[in-house]
Amino acid sequence: MMAAFIFVVSVVIFLQFFVFYCRSLIAVSSKQALSPEVQDVTGIQRTASGEDFNRVMQLLHLCPERPEDRNGIQSIGAYFHLLNFLHSTVARLVPSIKAWTESERGHCTYFAAIALERRISFSRDMLAQQMDA
Amino acid sequence: MPGPVEYSIWLVCTVLEVAVVVCAAKSRSFRRYILLNVYMGLSFLVSVGRYQVLSRAGMESLEYSYFYYYSDLLLTIALYFALLNLYSLVFDEMKVERYLRLGAILLLGGTAWFSYGVINQSSQKILLSHFVYELSQNLYFVGLVLTYALWGAVLKLRETRARLIQLVLALGVYFSAFAANYALQNLYPNITVLHYVTPLLGCILPAAWAYSFLRVSEDQRLAPSRLAEVPR
Repeated sequence: MMAAFIFVVSVVIFLQFFVFYCRSLIAVSSKQALSPEVQDVTGIQRTASGEDFNRVMQLLHLCPERPEDRNGIQSIGAYFHLLNFLHSTVARLVPSIKAWTESERGHCTYFAAIALERRISFSRDMLAQQMDA
Repeated sequence: MPGPVEYSIWLVCTVLEVAVVVCAAKSRSFRRYILLNVYMGLSFLVSVGRYQVLSRAGMESLEYSYFYYYSDLLLTIALYFALLNLYSLVFDEMKVERYLRLGAILLLGGTAWFSYGVINQSSQKILLSHFVYELSQNLYFVGLVLTYALWGAVLKLRETRARLIQLVLALGVYFSAFAANYALQNLYPNITVLHYVTPLLGCILPAAWAYSFLRVSEDQRLAPSRLAEVPR
């Protein structure tokens, strides 16, 4: 009984910290601007939509991976799935949650686009180093 | 003996622990977050030490069990002081560092005394290894409560340093995930998947801290109240 209680309380606290952590990652990346060529590649002009998340993630997986980015991208991926779950369940009943999940999903897409931008510039730097060598 | 999956997780975790110290040094934040770096450095040394003992004495040996639980207590105390480092950074303008240090030592002493009381009540013979295990568990719980209180303070004081906020939140994710995992293991001791989950959870903190040191600069700001905004 006690273990069940501790489990429920810790899951609630975990979800709270996890959501805040993901939103802090998103908040930091939202202040960075996308370059025109990444805007062209992703199709994101001003605001990103949650519908584009999977497409941007596919583009992201085409670029060489950077180990230090992996944790942030995985966290945001998990947060996006959590938002999808809310979007298809609770959000159907509460309109304000629907609008909120839509906007959060868009922020997740923007985060992925910023990560794509970093990977592209990292690949370019590597290529330039190889050319110099 | 651990299989290839466990060894891979172990290796990733150890590399991430080194990455935290390297990233902190690279971003010139080593001294500012000294106790966090001490904890990560110590975690790396403990990982190497555990591997040495494991390969020499084996998983079932008494030597490995002692090394594991005693080093675990050492790491938990180091993490407790790393949390204190974050407290002193959040409260640095209030100049209450002395009181924080005193409070932390009193709380640590109180937790040790409580753990001793629990062991004393449950058995006639006081075993040091039981005490070490009990203290480690109780300190984890104290750590979770203190992290939650620190997050409350961050919101109340309107702390805006993005890196500090991320370090606190990552610690909160780590502590709560461990607490949930321990509770689940108590509820269902026969689920074997949970044995993989525990070392995986150990990677959360070094991965998140390495990311914060590498990607978020000390000058970046964000409004914590916006993180806690809920739709109405």
